[in-house]
Amino acid sequence: MSLVLFVPDDAAAVSVGADRVAAALAVAAEERGLDLRLVRNGSRGMLWLEPLVEWDGPDGRMAFGPVAPDEAGSLLDAISSGTGHPRALGPTEEIDYLKNQERLTFARVGVIDPLSVRDFEAHGGLEGLKTALTMTEEAICEAVLQSGLRGRGGAGFPAGIKWHTVREQAQAEKYICCNADEGDSGTFADRMLMEGDPFTLLEGMVIAGFATGARQGIVYIRSEYPHAISKMTRAIEALEEAGWLGGNIRGSGKDFRVSIRRGAGAYICGEESSMLNSIEGRRGTVRSKPPIPAIHGLFGKPTVVNNVLTLATVPVVLAKGAEFYKDFGMGRSRGTQAFQLAGNIRRGGLVEKAFGVTIRELIETFGGGTATGRPFRTAQLGGPLGAYVSEEMLDLPMDYEALAEHKAMLGHGGITVFDETVDMAEMARFAFEFCEEESCGKCTPCRIGAVRGRETVEKILRGENVARNIALIEDLCELMTDGSLCAMGGLTPMPVLSAILLFPEDFDRASALAAE
Amino acid sequence: MSVSEEIPGAREARAICATRSNDPSMLLEILHDLQVRVGHIPGESVPILADCLNLSKAEVYGVVSFYHDFRTEPGAPITVRICQAEACRSMGAEALTERLLSRYGVSLSEISAAGVTFEPVYCLGNCALAPAAMVDGALIGRADGAAVDAAIAEAGR
Repeated sequence: MSLVLFVPDDAAAVSVGADRVAAALAVAAEERGLDLRLVRNGSRGMLWLEPLVEWDGPDGRMAFGPVAPDEAGSLLDAISSGTGHPRALGPTEEIDYLKNQERLTFARVGVIDPLSVRDFEAHGGLEGLKTALTMTEEAICEAVLQSGLRGRGGAGFPAGIKWHTVREQAQAEKYICCNADEGDSGTFADRMLMEGDPFTLLEGMVIAGFATGARQGIVYIRSEYPHAISKMTRAIEALEEAGWLGGNIRGSGKDFRVSIRRGAGAYICGEESSMLNSIEGRRGTVRSKPPIPAIHGLFGKPTVVNNVLTLATVPVVLAKGAEFYKDFGMGRSRGTQAFQLAGNIRRGGLVEKAFGVTIRELIETFGGGTATGRPFRTAQLGGPLGAYVSEEMLDLPMDYEALAEHKAMLGHGGITVFDETVDMAEMARFAFEFCEEESCGKCTPCRIGAVRGRETVEKILRGENVARNIALIEDLCELMTDGSLCAMGGLTPMPVLSAILLFPEDFDRASALAAE
Repeated sequence: MSVSEEIPGAREARAICATRSNDPSMLLEILHDLQVRVGHIPGESVPILADCLNLSKAEVYGVVSFYHDFRTEPGAPITVRICQAEACRSMGAEALTERLLSRYGVSLSEISAAGVTFEPVYCLGNCALAPAAMVDGALIGRADGAAVDAAIAEAGR
């Protein structure tokens, strides 16, 4: 009987040596005459434990981590002889971090071989698509609407409404565009999903096609994600071979094809209309709205633009029903969100939980506080365009509306933690600098505002006319918020203003200088 | 051989456009492929791409100059991209960048005597294992000087 071990080939796991561990295990197994079957799975999302090796034993999956390449031999010996190992963590699913999650979108990530259609199907894959094949276009859109699923890219627009709009357009040519340009710092869930369970995303796209009458899907993946691009490319081939993608899908008479487009290092292409321009081979500048992409999108045709996780959640909605999905969550935030614990955090990784979990639970209970062990100072929620929150705000629930009420933003569910050493005036300067670097340049508030904002924060950093310059920044932020074409210029004020509001002491450079 | 075939990247540009059916919407993919084959996007290839794809030179140049990935000069033999975004800053990315730059005796985007260049990048999607760096496509988590040095040595082999 062969020994089955799982070693992730997720980019994060590989970044800390998973490939070297896999190679060392193969060598050590050969030396011991063991018949080893090595499966390269996605990551379970407990990234501080990577490289996490799992043994599929008689009692289920057993975890070991983080494993170093020179521990491969001792690990195999411990497994063969049934003795303990210093890296042993017990049954994987019993680890608190994983056990206390509610994994719907990520149910298979880290569990299955990402490129095995058989494994995918054995773990509930394709059930949503099979259900969709029995439904009318309208019924599929309605199920998605009823589930309460909102766009996971950050804006939180109800997916079902978008799908209905595209479905209602009379044109023959329509598109499903998956936005996999996950450029926000502190977010990596799209990448993990594409690397760990790419078929789920493709299944969601086929369902979107069936629901709206589109026959062509495009996944726009940022070039910074070479692992995801390669995994998705192979997944498309495998699903086509299995007959679940391409022409006349499983004899249904329906076609749906998916192709991949690579981004080219422009953050702004995560904005949906920039992304559409980029897919058309143009500069990734923002389009004015209206018209909305659902009516006038890619090549001027009706287009569903959804984030990776929105599309990847659709299969479970159809497989288990809108009511099942809707039961998770709070208020108007239904279902689960893949929260990402990032930055200065002890147990960084992916936590899928129903909406309503508090920021504190995520950072403290799951994350274990800061990585450096120094006191917590702030966390930025929802990426570079999201607000910073203070210690006092940690008991707020992760819910679109509750956070918005406190001038914060849930966004894509990323949480970037900072310890007490962070300089918030410097982070405000960086927010403007990032906007300056990545603005598409189309609208003036963003293009010029970012530069003026950075210059003004730099004056504050030098202690020049601090009060007047803060007033100037607040005025500039109001203009950027009201006058920018898209979220890049429109939301850059969020991190800036939250830093000024919550951490005014960091901006008080004049008195700091005087004290010296 | 026509005169245009002697222009740097000309043959490659025409061949790559042909494999993409001379479809103008494939311009980004074509530029990626050309950069892999030639090492950069030679300025002389812009009119050729425009001709193949039925675009204006301005349209092609506009795309080349818009995206950070495309460079019009040959790059360094080894490129180290160091993430400068928030999650990596929270774990000391700025200090790491400073240390590496001073040790290799270069500023950002300058090529060292050993053929190494350091470029800023905003997010490599490895934010739970910050700071992150990428050396010629190999991602490094919990990056420190030693890990980056080792990856540079590996890439140089």
